[in-house]
Amino acid sequence: MNEKARYLIAGDSSIVVEFGNEISEEISAKVRGMYLAIEQKKFPFIKAMNPTYRSLLVQYDPLQCSYEEILETLQGLEDNLKNMDLPSPNILEIPTLYGGELGPDLGSVCEHSGLTEEEVIKIHSGRDYLVYMLGFTPGFSYLGGMDEKIATPRLKTPRTKIPGGSVGIAGSQTGIYSIDSPGGWQLIGKTPILLYDPQRKPPILHHAGDYIRFVPIDQKKYQSIEEAVKNGTYEYRYFPKEGGAVK
Amino acid sequence: MSSVKIKMAGPLTTIQDKGRIEYQQSGMSVSGVMDDYSFRAANLLVGNPETEGVLECTLLGPTMEFTGDAVFAVTGATAQVKVNGQPSFIWRAIRVKAGDTVSFSMTTSGTRLYIAFAGGIDVPEVMGSKSTYMKAKVGGFEGRNLKTGDELQLSASEEALSKIVLKEASPRMIPSYYPEVTLRAVLGPQDDCFTKAGINTFFGTPYKVTSDSDRMGYRLDGAVIEHKKGGDIISDGIVIGAVQVPGNGKPIILMADRQTTGGYTKIATVITADLPLVGQMRPGSFIRFQKVTVEAAQQALREYADKIKIFKTCMLSLPG
Repeated sequence: MNEKARYLIAGDSSIVVEFGNEISEEISAKVRGMYLAIEQKKFPFIKAMNPTYRSLLVQYDPLQCSYEEILETLQGLEDNLKNMDLPSPNILEIPTLYGGELGPDLGSVCEHSGLTEEEVIKIHSGRDYLVYMLGFTPGFSYLGGMDEKIATPRLKTPRTKIPGGSVGIAGSQTGIYSIDSPGGWQLIGKTPILLYDPQRKPPILHHAGDYIRFVPIDQKKYQSIEEAVKNGTYEYRYFPKEGGAVK
Repeated sequence: MSSVKIKMAGPLTTIQDKGRIEYQQSGMSVSGVMDDYSFRAANLLVGNPETEGVLECTLLGPTMEFTGDAVFAVTGATAQVKVNGQPSFIWRAIRVKAGDTVSFSMTTSGTRLYIAFAGGIDVPEVMGSKSTYMKAKVGGFEGRNLKTGDELQLSASEEALSKIVLKEASPRMIPSYYPEVTLRAVLGPQDDCFTKAGINTFFGTPYKVTSDSDRMGYRLDGAVIEHKKGGDIISDGIVIGAVQVPGNGKPIILMADRQTTGGYTKIATVITADLPLVGQMRPGSFIRFQKVTVEAAQQALREYADKIKIFKTCMLSLPG
């Protein structure tokens, strides 16, 4: 991690605040801190932000604020980061039906790891995953920290259409397809909840810096949640994670 | 209120506006128009707010039949517009009535036409925008490009239409598009991933727009740009106009439908004031990149904002 952030120019309307050159929870926490510090100020000249693994992209309106001014403003906020009280990140619960038709590759993961289905499910749902960033498709999260024991290479031939909500493993990464898309991840289950719903407010519930928790459910529970989601009555489980330690 | 029947859809016509900049952090592409200048101009000619949703048409406009009174204007690429077979003009507002048919010839320079309707197109805003993002099937008209047989509802009432004074762009405010373009660009954010020779190559040699270019980005062909240690980085955010150079050394200008994050080095960013030129480039044309400072780029953006104001004040009123 860098002692001081680097400020990189991304054209006339954006600046990148880069905290390091590796993927780590420590750097991710700094990105989140900077994001919240800027958000709290409600600067009228900030148009959008995009937090990623190791940097924060800040888009501003140069008609209101020159490059020199934004640089000075952001550096001032960075100096104050260590004094800032950060709210606890949130946990988003992902009820997941593992295996069966909706998780056709659970068997491959078992084969590759030498574990039983129950063991794979227990390991996969046994810890909270840090959301390093969102990208690829609306609501898709790049998650960190999967147990290497269940790491499995991608499919040799990607599928042309994977339904949104599918939970997969690719190498030592895990994730949830947020919309229907092609892809080569090993599918181990599916969630009936919508990570992205353009008609919902907000359309995407979670943010970079939050945590994802997979909760195993059975077929019956899957159907009842699916029904509730369809009717707009499902109450999403999105709540503060107390303390800082990862489960 | 009138509607527009699409009698023959062009190759790619979508509803676009400013896009969804605030949802990038959720992985949602921004979308929005490829040529901001023509977009704003079209709206101004019909008396709309500058950023009302419009039709963006690639290479060929749709054939449209109106069910009632309407006022529209076409801007952007050079093309012939016809009303009931009679030649009319782009860069000016046109009044039509029930039964009138509007058609287009292929664009002869530039790539994208913009059609603004007085009062706007009556489609719901999704996540704060009318822009179509086809990959996620969201926004615009049913989240997709227009097809033959579609019917778009227009928002203007007859009374509002009767009050509109038709406007025409001042000829000096109408851009021309050339097969060779110089784009100004600011170095960064990953210029330190390139050798000095690589940066000299980028700013010193012409690049050709390949046919593998669309609303997501323009893939360019030309001299290989040399990296210090490969083209991969830990993924970070991407702005419009970013020039990404993957390991093969060939640059890609990322545009409206780009992904929000990416893992390739970005050598430079095309300045905002020059992005409308990018949106009008066609395959086979050539680009030279010219290095400018961020201060010069911001000055150019102020001049661009002034140019829109001048466009507005210099519009000519037409009889009728």
